[in-house]
Amino acid sequence: MNGIKGASVVIVGGGVTGLSAGWWLAQGGVDVLVLEKGLIGWEASGRNGGGCSHHHSPLFAEEQRLWPMMDDLLGYPTEFRPQRIRLAANEQQMALYGRALRNAERQGFRSEVLDARQAKELVPLAGDTIVGGYHYRFGGHANPHRTLQGYAWAMQDHGGRVLQHTTVTGFRSEGGRVIAVETDRGEVGCDSLVLAAGPQTGRLSALLGQEVPVQSARCEMIVTEPLPLMPLGGVDGCGLYGRQTLRGNLAYGGGPHEWLALGEEGTPPKPTTPLMLPIGRRLAELLPKAAHARIIRSWAGVIENTPDGRPVIDRLDAQANVVVATLSSVGFGLSPASGRAIRDLVVDGACGFADLSSFRLARFAALEPDWRERQGWAAAATQPLAAPAGSGTKP
Amino acid sequence: MTNPAPDPRSVTGKPLTIAETVDVLVVGAGPAGLAAAIGAAAHGFGVLLVDENPVPFRTMGDEVPLHYGQGMAASARNRNAMMEAFVASEPRIAEAFEAGIDVRLGTACWALYANGPALGWLPGLVAGLADEERSLLVQARHVILACGRRDMGLGFPGWEKPGVMGATAALGLATRYGAIGPRKLVILGSTTEALTTALALREAGVTIAAIVEQASEPVGDTDLLAELRADGTEILAGHVVREALGRDRVEAAAVAMLDAQGRPAGTERAIACDGIVLGVGTTPVVDLIDAAGGKVAFQPERGGYAPVLDAGQRTSLANVHAVGDCAGLWAAKTRDRAIAEAEAARAVAALGLDAAGDMAAAPPAPEYDVSAYRLAWVRASVIEARAECHVCQCEEVTAREILEIRPPRYLDWRDERRNDRSLAALLGEGPPNPDQVKRLTRAGMGPCQGRRCREQVAALLALGAAQPLSAIPLAGYRAPVRPLPLALTADVPEAPGQVEHWDTWFGMHAQWRPFWEVPALYTVAGNDAAGPVASE
Repeated sequence: MNGIKGASVVIVGGGVTGLSAGWWLAQGGVDVLVLEKGLIGWEASGRNGGGCSHHHSPLFAEEQRLWPMMDDLLGYPTEFRPQRIRLAANEQQMALYGRALRNAERQGFRSEVLDARQAKELVPLAGDTIVGGYHYRFGGHANPHRTLQGYAWAMQDHGGRVLQHTTVTGFRSEGGRVIAVETDRGEVGCDSLVLAAGPQTGRLSALLGQEVPVQSARCEMIVTEPLPLMPLGGVDGCGLYGRQTLRGNLAYGGGPHEWLALGEEGTPPKPTTPLMLPIGRRLAELLPKAAHARIIRSWAGVIENTPDGRPVIDRLDAQANVVVATLSSVGFGLSPASGRAIRDLVVDGACGFADLSSFRLARFAALEPDWRERQGWAAAATQPLAAPAGSGTKP
Repeated sequence: MTNPAPDPRSVTGKPLTIAETVDVLVVGAGPAGLAAAIGAAAHGFGVLLVDENPVPFRTMGDEVPLHYGQGMAASARNRNAMMEAFVASEPRIAEAFEAGIDVRLGTACWALYANGPALGWLPGLVAGLADEERSLLVQARHVILACGRRDMGLGFPGWEKPGVMGATAALGLATRYGAIGPRKLVILGSTTEALTTALALREAGVTIAAIVEQASEPVGDTDLLAELRADGTEILAGHVVREALGRDRVEAAAVAMLDAQGRPAGTERAIACDGIVLGVGTTPVVDLIDAAGGKVAFQPERGGYAPVLDAGQRTSLANVHAVGDCAGLWAAKTRDRAIAEAEAARAVAALGLDAAGDMAAAPPAPEYDVSAYRLAWVRASVIEARAECHVCQCEEVTAREILEIRPPRYLDWRDERRNDRSLAALLGEGPPNPDQVKRLTRAGMGPCQGRRCREQVAALLALGAAQPLSAIPLAGYRAPVRPLPLALTADVPEAPGQVEHWDTWFGMHAQWRPFWEVPALYTVAGNDAAGPVASE
């Protein structure tokens, strides 16, 4: 009925998690096809701070091992630069940010505490607004969109395929296994399925009989015009995440999010809001010598979170050949490792390099059905795009 | 469990600080904006009318909001004189003041915000305004956009030199301020918009040495053309510009004839001039409406990407109207401001009324194939250029780098490594997307916010994919649509709850619990990860 050739592994979702998994599978000789409803990396994967220092995660050690090699492994530039400096505007931030040191040290990674003078020496754009900070001798930052395109191209170099503008509408199962993915362009046969569909993961997993609980939210970032490069671009803190890019732009985000109820269509426009202003104010506090710099862009992205904010990377009980993956709003930096973990689950049945027990879906077995409301995550009322005109009246 | 508290880290309960609330905000004090503001005031609405002109000298130097090409005369530095000249050049500005309208000149609207499918917490339509000293948020029950027009950029060797400028910028500097630097111009393009500009510049005392047109015949109004010719302007059809000659600024335009294949052929000649004006394509300014999530579409009869409008000039955003050039421009509208004023009257009449569902009347068909014409210019000038030039001047990206999707040069990505990803490989299927190309090559990512290269990049992608311009999606606009200094962001106070609960990310304690401490089961009631937390 259609010309779309099936694949041994079909991956639903062309975000950073799905593409990394696709690359890991393809380079191991697996026939893989990624289905993407729009353009690859068009959601949160392409719009984030690019940070790579997730010391709380069981994938941390692998994240740290892989990032310095990614340019060579992929054959495409990721703009990865190692290390990170996190500055604090007050003693409370200083205390809270210290957790990174303890977590990393336990896993064998070094960091240094900076007093205000040392911090200003390391960060030329910093000023008297900070009380101190931390210098991570691990982690770093990369360019999200460039990395994501690198995964896609490297996967294609190994024979993997990407099909953009293809919306998944359902699944066909036989004997407790998914044998085909139904799309708006016809059916696509598969031996195994990976569901890594970002905000759509909840809805699509429910179709498979075992819902991954997620709720979506909008978050925003800003970008300034380029400034002279600091010796280390991975500088954030003062309530913000982000970096100075290798071009010199300051790209930062942070602050309130808006919980959303997304329709099935999935890709509404994502305009930004005046949250640009408080982000900009904090950026001028973090780097006061950049206060003259002008904001030239802002972005919004829609991101999913599980109830505890932790990833799910697991095989479904309901369908024997399905792996589900959501990184719960912290997916970019971990992607080299998460893709490898997904590859292991698909091919070997279990992750061979890390203990993923904290990513099990079963931890939500006793979750309250109204967990969104209980956590205060209920969506605000949004309106359809084509709203009726003329709600105003004359004075 | 009843009425649990909303997530304190979310936007819920964090109201925006709105400095002013108005019935009608009109953005742009040209013919359409003035007619809309005066008309709305006459209907009893309270009206705030803002216009970013006169634009500060430094901002003009940054090529915002138009391609000034450093073509400002020294007198453009005198802000008071510029303000007086701007007001004097348009009698209806004084009429607006007299009508009691709150008119703020030198005030840019850098964003329009509206609730939509992925955004629900705004109190209504909100606009971000700024002058040189401060920024503020204004809430408006109705917004009428009258943001005007902008010129398509066109690359050729030397086009970064001072003196190469957009037609709209040149026209404004000459006719409204008497502050244009160049005295002798070569104009590229022969559309009615370009010819009208040429005549107005001549009226302002500037010599028009030549009109250069790549098409074999001029495309604009023949009467206008005859008028220029009679005055000694050379009309060079079937020609293309090869280079802007000159040491530090334009001293001559090198031009050459095109052969039957549209390739430069034969000997070149240099036309002495101190300015080259880009008049190959004029397009509606749709930045605010697009960034707000409003619907725009490629409409050649409206000059390119233009908002989708109904008969009351309503956009797809509730209570947002578009009038004047930003609603679509065509030859007759360029020649007769009554058309723009009639649009303003329609918008005013529609304020507060429900849409009847009828679409805006279609403008007359264009005199020429807008897509083919602009593509031909880019092919002749950029693709056939004898030396590589930067299509994106801010980020210094060439046409070849765009078509080959090269990583930016500062990455020093070695050529010998596997990097054979061309546009074709990126395409897969579907039309090439300029936003995707821009993220990979950085074309359009600079401080001029893509105003000089957006249409050129679209044309290059269309040529590369053998598609018409209409097949290329609009490279998206993002707030702020005017560069806004970080220092001005603190002018808008924050809600106390926002300051108190601000966090780097979602502020969820459980999210950052180290993996060796994660309990086997998670329930909301049993969640013991609490207390102060900072996300990573």
